[in-house]
Amino acid sequence: MLPEIGQFALALALAVAMVQAVVPLAGAARSNAAWMRSARYSAFAQFLMVAVAYGCLTTAFITNDFSVQYVAGNSNSLLPLYYRITAVWGGHEGSLLLWVLMLAGWSVAVAVFSRHLPLDMSARVLGVLGLVAVGFLGFMIFTSNPFMRLFPVAMEGHDLNPMLQDPGMIYHPPLLYMGYVGFSVAFAFAIAALLSGCLDATWARWSRPWTTLAWVSLTCGIGLGSWWAYYELGWGGWWFWDPVENASFMPWLTGTALIHSLAVTEKRGTFRSWTVLLAIITFGLTLLGAFLVRSGVITSVHAFATDPERGVFILAFFAVTIGLSLALYAWRAPSVGLGGGFGTWSRETLLLVNNVLLVVAAAVVLLGTVYPLAMDALGAGKISVGPPYFDTVFAPLMLPLAALVAIGPLVRWKQDLPTRTWQQMRMTAIAALSAAAVWPLFYAHWSPYLALGLFTGLWVVLAIGLELHQRTGLRPAGLARLRPSHLGMHAAHLGLALVVIGVGMVKSYEVEKDVRLAPGESVDIAGYNFTFDGTYPLPGPNYMADRGTVHVTRGEETIATLHPEKRTYASKRGMPMTKASLDRGLLRDLYVSLGDPLDKGAWVIRVYYKPYIGWLWAGCVLMALGGLLAASDRRYRVRIAQAAPAKGKLAMGRT
Amino acid sequence: MTPRKRRLVFAAGALAALGVATTLVLNAFEDNLVFYYTPSELHSGKAPASRSVRIGGLVEAGSVQRDPGSTLVRFRVTDTAVTLPVTYEGILPDLFREGQGVVAEGRMDDNGVFQARQVLAKHDENYKAAEVTEALERAAPHAAAVAN
Repeated sequence: MLPEIGQFALALALAVAMVQAVVPLAGAARSNAAWMRSARYSAFAQFLMVAVAYGCLTTAFITNDFSVQYVAGNSNSLLPLYYRITAVWGGHEGSLLLWVLMLAGWSVAVAVFSRHLPLDMSARVLGVLGLVAVGFLGFMIFTSNPFMRLFPVAMEGHDLNPMLQDPGMIYHPPLLYMGYVGFSVAFAFAIAALLSGCLDATWARWSRPWTTLAWVSLTCGIGLGSWWAYYELGWGGWWFWDPVENASFMPWLTGTALIHSLAVTEKRGTFRSWTVLLAIITFGLTLLGAFLVRSGVITSVHAFATDPERGVFILAFFAVTIGLSLALYAWRAPSVGLGGGFGTWSRETLLLVNNVLLVVAAAVVLLGTVYPLAMDALGAGKISVGPPYFDTVFAPLMLPLAALVAIGPLVRWKQDLPTRTWQQMRMTAIAALSAAAVWPLFYAHWSPYLALGLFTGLWVVLAIGLELHQRTGLRPAGLARLRPSHLGMHAAHLGLALVVIGVGMVKSYEVEKDVRLAPGESVDIAGYNFTFDGTYPLPGPNYMADRGTVHVTRGEETIATLHPEKRTYASKRGMPMTKASLDRGLLRDLYVSLGDPLDKGAWVIRVYYKPYIGWLWAGCVLMALGGLLAASDRRYRVRIAQAAPAKGKLAMGRT
Repeated sequence: MTPRKRRLVFAAGALAALGVATTLVLNAFEDNLVFYYTPSELHSGKAPASRSVRIGGLVEAGSVQRDPGSTLVRFRVTDTAVTLPVTYEGILPDLFREGQGVVAEGRMDDNGVFQARQVLAKHDENYKAAEVTEALERAAPHAAAVAN
């Protein structure tokens, strides 16, 4: 019975979304306040309906209701309870339901926190979000119904993909979807602004916290995904340039550009048309990502089952949405105006270059991701683009970007002198350069590329210190007075520096070795000795494992005892899975996984030495924290309260 | 410099930078394209010897042999018409099985052995990589239709 209720709730949600899309937009066009006010109630109603549907599906998973096809395909009665709850988003249909739930959640958040916006603005934003919801709800109901019944009823479920049975899986998809879907809000603000024709600094200020929050979620989602792939896929890779990773990375790149260009629009009133275009592009890339993952055009751990109908639906949705948005843009943007001018050497110029670099980087990733698919679709043969392409092209784009991150915050708005910047920064540049030249000498070999990467990373760190020193004299009282958004910027930039340094180090100095080891034999890499102590069988709740023991020593010192596993999942017809074992550290990870069993208890074993790999994720965390700090800035609320003297807490917060 | 002149210089510089960047990107792109061939095509010498290619097919049953002293593995990949010997050093993916589909990336050596640098078998058991299906279809359209 519950699945039918869920299905009914979904249908209702679609109907409500249609109302949410049409009535407020029509109201805004005809200045009908009652119609515009309805947007909020529709958003609440839609969220309620989707939440009911989501609850029904979750209940079906918890109670092992294998009469529902999706549950039977993605769960199993032996699966632990928490994985049964997370299995809801382990497949295509359920993850789409989560996506829609997130979208409805964002809409409700907008409805709640947009009371101070002009009524027509909030009505238009919610209306556009309603349109987006219509697209996704329609997609789910017509091509991917999670509540489809299975007849005859399965006695036992097919089980959740073992690779997804992991704590990382609990957080990765929801965060990623939060980010993906969050950019719909930025898009909705942009479209609302185009519709109303009032595209000014105020609009940018409204849009900024939302965009930043979406970006924070996407950053966390991507970081977690990379971290999860690193230890869960068992082979030590943290970024594969896999089409699905690229699908989330492209909107991240343009979203990063969007955050910066919004800052310019808010502070200086320039870049307006460009900002709107970026918001549209970013949203378009999230739709493209949905298409790549859900249409079956690619194969990977993420890709869901092949169904051409789904691909066609999303592609059509993509074409209609982006086509209409760009048409609206072409019609409205010329009337937007240019805003203030700026000199050749100014913060605006540097941010413009930042935007160009980020968009070019996204275009480069897009080329490598979509070209093989296009060739295949045109029948021009199957090709793939090797990861070296991305590596060779990406680094030269990111290094200047990191240098800009160091310089930018110290350059004045509107007009500055290159000589003044150079005088300010030369000490930091020299210090960073010397440190970058010396640091690699502690490791195996010296390469100019790595030195350059370290230089930009270190320079960012030093420049942050310099900026804080100039502004506050580094006194606690001064630091405490800094705006959260200012601190947030520095935190995020520091995070980027950590990522740059981490990537440089791990790419240059990681050691990987596949080696055949019999019990008692050992191997040496990077000064560590790994002794294999054989394996023993260890049964898990829904799998059998061969558990190995590897003792790691360095000289006389015992470092760790690692237990990599090779698991076999009976419910998946003996699907094997490699479970790596890691010893994590500040400056390096040691990583062991079991490959193939050989005769006499010997195994092929892979051992890794990964220097500075942890810095990657520490960097992601800092970036996300920085974004949160920036979005939390009271400025966004205070000035709005000034603009529209309002009631309750907001007004009280000012006194 | 007048503002007009300065803008011109700015635009010219930007265009030049864009041109150089595009050239470099397309160059790197061209160098890293990995083309896909079936064992039959490889056998008839269609693939360039100079670059890395991908092949796809089924791992022939009973063909997997491990070198006792090292991590070297030998197996044969077939598209039912032509069977190709492959060597690979390292750990095979979890889903690598005899009789199942596989995609390997590498190049042919002078002895007609495909030296794989990478072996892929990452899809689940009831799904075949598109490359593998295509290899079987190109080699023997009828047999593949029956097998599916």
